[in-house]
Parts: sequence; structure tokens; C-alpha cells
Amino acid sequence: MGIQGATGEWEIVIGCEVHAQIVSKAKLFSGAPTDFGAEPNTQVSLVDAAMPGMLPVINGECVRQAVRTGLGLKAEINRVSIFDRKNYFYPDLPAGYQISQWTHPIVGKGEVLLDLPDGKTRTVGITRLHLEQDAGKSLHDQHPNQTYVDLNRAGVALMEIVSEPDLRGSEEVGAYLRKLRSILRYLGTCDGNMEEGSMRCDVNVSVRRPGEPYGTRCEIKNVNSVRFAMQAVEYEARRQVDLLEDGGTIRQETRLFDSAKGETRPMRSKEEAHDYRYFPDPDLLPLRLSEDCVEELRAALPELPDDKKERFITEYSLQPYDAGVLVAEQENAAYYEKVAKGRDPKLAANWVIGELFGALNKKGVPVTASPVSAEDLGGLVDLIADDTISGRIAKDVFAEMVETGKPAAAIVEEKGLRQVTDTGAIEAAIAQVLAGEAEKVADYKGGNR
Amino acid sequence: MAALTHLSLAEARDGLRKKAFSAEELVAAHVQAVEAARGLNAIITETPEAALAAAKASDARLAKGEGRALEGIPVTVKDLFCTEGIRTTAASRILDRFVPPYESTVTAKLWDAGAVPMGKTNLDEFAMGSSTTTSHFGPTENPWRREGDNRPLVAGGSSGGSAAAVAAGLCLGATGTDTGGSIRQPAAFCGVVGLKPTYGRCSRWGIVAFASSLDQAGPFARSVRDAAILLGAMAGFDPKDSTSADVPVPDFEAALGQGVRGLKIGIPKEYQADGMAEEVTALWEQGKVWLKDAGAEIVDVSLPHTRYALPAYYIIAPAEASSNLARYDGVRYGLRVAGEDLNDMYKKTRAEGFGREVRRRILIGAYVLSAGYYDAYYLKAQKVRTLIARDFEEAFGKVDVLLTPTTPTPAFPIGEKEDDPVAMYLNDVFTVPASLAGLPGVSVPAGLSADGLPLGLQLIGRAFDEATLLRAAAALEAAAPGIQRGA
Repeated sequence: MGIQGATGEWEIVIGCEVHAQIVSKAKLFSGAPTDFGAEPNTQVSLVDAAMPGMLPVINGECVRQAVRTGLGLKAEINRVSIFDRKNYFYPDLPAGYQISQWTHPIVGKGEVLLDLPDGKTRTVGITRLHLEQDAGKSLHDQHPNQTYVDLNRAGVALMEIVSEPDLRGSEEVGAYLRKLRSILRYLGTCDGNMEEGSMRCDVNVSVRRPGEPYGTRCEIKNVNSVRFAMQAVEYEARRQVDLLEDGGTIRQETRLFDSAKGETRPMRSKEEAHDYRYFPDPDLLPLRLSEDCVEELRAALPELPDDKKERFITEYSLQPYDAGVLVAEQENAAYYEKVAKGRDPKLAANWVIGELFGALNKKGVPVTASPVSAEDLGGLVDLIADDTISGRIAKDVFAEMVETGKPAAAIVEEKGLRQVTDTGAIEAAIAQVLAGEAEKVADYKGGNR
Repeated sequence: MAALTHLSLAEARDGLRKKAFSAEELVAAHVQAVEAARGLNAIITETPEAALAAAKASDARLAKGEGRALEGIPVTVKDLFCTEGIRTTAASRILDRFVPPYESTVTAKLWDAGAVPMGKTNLDEFAMGSSTTTSHFGPTENPWRREGDNRPLVAGGSSGGSAAAVAAGLCLGATGTDTGGSIRQPAAFCGVVGLKPTYGRCSRWGIVAFASSLDQAGPFARSVRDAAILLGAMAGFDPKDSTSADVPVPDFEAALGQGVRGLKIGIPKEYQADGMAEEVTALWEQGKVWLKDAGAEIVDVSLPHTRYALPAYYIIAPAEASSNLARYDGVRYGLRVAGEDLNDMYKKTRAEGFGREVRRRILIGAYVLSAGYYDAYYLKAQKVRTLIARDFEEAFGKVDVLLTPTTPTPAFPIGEKEDDPVAMYLNDVFTVPASLAGLPGVSVPAGLSADGLPLGLQLIGRAFDEATLLRAAAALEAAAPGIQRGA
């Protein structure tokens, strides 16, 4: 997973900071709604606009979402956490400070299990998760020399999820982001939609010779897809290795990933770095969570991908890799379980992973929009299992199902694809054929083969 | 009609209920008084039309016997409370045309209790000051003058406009806010009662923030009873303010009659400050005697960290202010001064929008919070704050109420101490400790200085025990000779 330079092997060290927008009806500290795509400045309360004398009040559901996420990451839930102000001036930050959590986050150390392509797993440490407000949006493209501000997003609740520098290459970054997104979606705490910006990633990349201390890192800000994150890591690691091998040094800086060019470039240098003057927000009391509250949330957690995968392996005797593929999305797993119920689970898995996912990919639709329902795919598997059709014929039937949406049995009947398994009937048919070709049979028997 | 402006709030309330006069008459007399006293510059924005309309509505309710706690009572509001449709300036140029589309919780409660809005009173800009001289609208004059000296004196601050308005008979009560003494000190300077409730007793929602962990709204009035009535209307839990306390609001007025027999009054020795006027020390001694004669027991106590309170306050309050005032950036509302680019617009707007004292405190605040200084200043000040709160806790293990002077000196001439911020800050030396501990404090006019200026004594109570505090204040008020303003 390292990178080969002119002078030898380098190790890539990566840590991720993911900003995940919390699924909730209202913002973190105001009652304003959070719908995506609304007309600019229509989802802004007096608090969000930082009018004089307005005060923040914590949204309990956002707190519960953060705790659920913490529990899903097998993390410590801090009974007392503190909201701090991060001070800086920007037009899309109405109060001149962002309410965040600095020294006492709501969630402490946890972990995420990576499912690697070879079926193995690896544990990545989670450093912390904290709650914070999103900023508004500056719109620079509305007017040739004016900037417009849309505050709809200002004050929306985010979870910042910080990983340890445990990732060792672009593949692992991809696996991490996909797994984290999967967990968030299972929990229903973030929709994980990176295109809409409800999940954004800052990637910290450094390189070192194996066994040496960490190198100087660069932070690549606001990457908005898994693929871009992987590309950014590859470009950035190569850039750093080339620079070091040419005798240069890495400057700690914030960089931007240009997805059109597939490269990173400096955003702002350390010299201009802000002094955020963090201090506890005096408008908010420390956030205290009762044991009961945490336990209640824990008890109500859904089955998460890792547990589901384990269960699929033991209950359905699936290979770890197949189980991992099936549980990545909750809807896929549910679909599979419907197909597998009362049937050969391995056969069901093969059909779901091989044929169904292939067809869905081709069509570019999620399982929830599948042209073939789980019941119908189950019906097809039944026809294979009772030898009504062969596996080969079944593929044709399935293609027909995808096209027409008809159940398998109907297609088999319509096209007369039923496979005959009555040996008496087969023998009689053979005898009839042979009787009609008596000459050739005699030739054959006479040794003229 | 002049007599109507000399009534106490309780007398006016009872007079209205007995139909001795109408709310309209009462309010008209005060509108007249406001016009006549414009020279004091106590009020930034007068609202006579709204007042007379409210008075009519009050008369209608009173006629039906449906008068509420403050029905028809003319009050003024410090121009730090946002008032819907009425300009709210914080006495700053940066907000000099700001008209809020919302009403602060405290003022909404006053109007719901039937109070009549007379106008918005002057203050130090963003409540930063002890003299009401840093206002963008010019200084408020104290209605009092030294004997044989006609120089205008400060009304104290920051709620100087409210204190002067109550003292001059422009209203029967007023709201103020107190962050480090901004109600108690001007009350002492103007010879009225000023009460800072326990932090969390009154909602801060809709009050322009200065230092959020210290700001607390409270009443000014001409008697302890009047202050108790006003507090009852202003106080109460507000879910819109996370630091507001969900505790019951007792009947403060009813508590007054209980006297002080059996109460233990603590005398903190550390309040004998250097440079304190001798007459202030003498008055403090007199206060002990009065309370003792009324049946209280006087107990010496120590609050050892008192001397660190003022420096800690002048770190914490500016730190919070530097952040609270960041929203005045010219982007969404208030003053905007155009600049070459965004940073230039910020700089020009804030340089021209804020006065000197506000700029000074923003700079101090940004400094004490900055990387490398945070631990040495802000964090240390917070530790001091904890120690000060602990001092009080220990003292209140032994006593029920503390008695101290309110200020080291009486009011001083406008213009004095202007070039010496530290001398100005020393005005708050006796009021700041209770603010840091979040405890309720009240200043009661208790005597006159040698040159005829009012002097106040301060009582400090346990958290959320304003009832006991007001009992002691009433006893002090009863024993002290009524102070009368000269011609």
C-alpha cells in the first residue's frame, strides 16, 4: 500500500475529518428547517441571522443523533461536553463565530472496521466526534463584482468525525469513507450524500519512510466524493514523494483538490492561518447526558453493518467478502434476506450479487428501484432449486424479468423453457429418436464411430 | 399633575385601581415630565404616542376591573432591550437605525403586565461604561447636583439613562441591565433603588449582549417595594434562553413585610477599599447599626479573593464582548461603511461604528483569548471567578445577606476619569464580585454625601433568594432617612 519512489519505498499516512450533516428537521440551535434545495434565505431564523439579542438553544434530536453515531462507532460517549465559539469573520458566518466543540467533544475514541478487497478487515481509530454548526454559502456567481450570501445552511447541525492517522493508501481511504457512510446511513443520522454536500471530507496526507516518524502533513479540504478523495490522496502522495526526493521539504498547508485537473493546489498558507480564539460559549450550558438517555439510545440502535455481516456469515454460511458486499447498504441486505428466506442462501447470494447488482449497475438504479422484486428473484431461485429450469436458462429468464418486470414462472411458461426431469419420459423420447435413425444407430454399433 | 410623577409605583397602582386618577392622566403627566427633562438626555427615543395609546387601553381594562400587575404604569426601558418596531440602538452608531422585528422577553412580560412604554433610555455604548458618557447620543446628566456646584454630574452607568429617568420622575420604574454593576452603581449615583437579580432569573433573550455569562436584567424604582413589584413582572424561566433558570418566581412584594429579625447580615472586611470616601465608610457603619436595630445579627465575614475580582472581570467581560460584538460587521443590518474589499469594509464599518471604549474592550478581549495568552489571562480569570464564587458560598454558610457600600464615591462631574479607564473601572469594585458569582445584589439609597449627593448601600443575597435580599433592603430603606433632591 506504499508508494514507490526513485529512492525506494514510501509509506502514505492519511487521516480523515468528515463533516456529516445530521438528519434532523431543524437546525442545531434554532428552529429553522433544513430542507435541501430551498430558495435562498428562506430557511433562516433570527438566531441564524445573528440578530442582536438572539440566543442559541440546543436541538435535542441533533444531540441524540450524535450519540447514536458515537454508539455506532463503538465510541465513548462523553456525559459532559462543552460548546465553544470558534471566532472568525466571514460574510456567511453571521455571528462572527461558529459554535463548535473544542476541548470537550460529545464523543471520544471509537473505531471503524474496514472491509478490504481481499475479504480481510482492518481497524481504523476514531479520535473524536463533535457537534458544530454549518456556515452559510457565499455565492460568487450571481453578479460580476458582488458576492451574495445564502444563509439557508447557516446553523445546520454537523458532526465532525475525526479519524486517527491510521489509513495507508487511497484504497483504504475509499474503504473508510464507504464504511463510515454505510454506518451513518444504517443509523439514519446522515444521508451520506456527498454530491449534495451533506457529507464532506478533509483528507490529511503525509508520507514517510517505513518505520520513521510521521512526515509533515497537508490537509486537502472539502473533497466531495469517495473517488475524488482517493484521487486526491494518490496525487498528493506522489507530489510529496517527488518533492522530497528532489531534496525539497513539505510545507504544512491547506490544499484544494481540483477534480477537473485531478490535482491538489495550495489554498491558504500557514502564515495566514486564523487564530480562532476558542472559548466556551457563555450562551450555552455544558451539555449533560444521563446514563439512561445513552442506554435508551443504545438499546434502540439498528443492527449495524459489522454485526449484520457476522450474522450473514454464520447464519447463511456466506464468504466474508460476499457478506460484506451485501451489507454495505441496508436496503441491499434487506433485499437479500427476503430472497434468501427459506431458500439456499448461497444460491440467493450469487443471484443478488452477480446478476441483480450487475443489472442495477447497468441501469444505474438503487435496489429500491429494482425492476425485479425480491419476491420475484426468489421465485426464480425456486425454479432453479426444483430443477424447473437450469442455471443457464435462468440467466435468460432473469434478463427477461429485468426487461419486462414479469415473474420468472410466467416467462418460463410463455416461452416453454421448462426443463424436463422425468427420466422415463426422457428415455422414451430418446428411444423414439433412435428408432427413427435406425441406420445410423446400426453404423454406430458396427464400429463406425 | 406634577404630583402624579412623584408617586411611588405602588401608590400609582393603587390610585389607578381606586380610580383616583386615570392611566391617561398618569401617563400624560409623565409625557410632560419627559419633555421638560430633555436636558438630562436620559431618553434616546421617546414613545409618547405608544404610551398614550397604551394608557387608554389600560383605562379600559381598569374600568372593567381587569387591571394587571403593572396596569397603566409608565416605565422606561434601557435601549439595550430589543423592542419590536421601536429603534434599539445600544447607544451605538453601528445600530443607530436598527429597528428590531421582535420584542425581548423581559419587555414583552412588562407589556403583558400592563406597563406603559415611555421610551428607550440612554446608556454607555453596548453597556460598556460606568458613567453613561460613552453613548453615541451623548452623556446623560444626573438629576442631582453638588451643593454650591452646578457642574453636571454623571448618572453612573451603564444604565444611567434609566436611573436618571426614575430619579427625575420621568417614569415610575425602569429596566436596566447589570453586567458588573450597571444597575447598582447608577442607582447609587442617582439616589434610587436598583436591583440586579440572580443570573438566570430574568431572560436575556432579546437583550443586546455585552458579556453573556454576566448580563442580567433588573429593575430601577424609587422604593424597594416598587423594585419588588417590577422584578415579579420581569422574572421567569424562558426556554429561549438556555441560561435562564427554571425556578419558581415567588411573590417578592409579599416577602417585604417579614422584616429582618433573626437574619444574619455579613460584613465582608475586604470591602474596605483604598481611596474610599470616609463618608462612605461612615454610612456603611450606620447601615450595620440600622439593620442591627431592626433585629438582625451582624456577623463579620471574609471574602478573601475580592481584590482579584475587578481584574478578572475586566478580562472575562471584554473576552465575551469581543465575540458577541463580531456580528456587527456591516453585512446584514446596522451601519455599513463601504470599503475597497471585504476586509476594508469590515475595518471601516467597525472603526466608525464603534466608539473608543467599545473598541478598547474588543481589543482587550481578542487579546486575552488569543493563542498563547488564553491560559495566562482568560483561563486564570475563570479560575479566579470560581474562587470568588466559593468565597461567597462559604460566607453564605454563616450569613443570609451581605452588606457593603455600592460605590467607593458618589457621582462625579461629567468629563472626569474619561482619560483614565482604570479609575473609571474602579467604580465597579464593590459590584463586580457578586456579578462574577451570579448572585443577586441591590443598591438602596441610604444617605447623602457631605456635598449633598446620594450614597447607596449594597446588599448581596444567596442565589435565587431575592426575597430575603428585598426584606433586608426594605429594612434598610425604612431605617435610612428619606433622601430628598435639592432644588
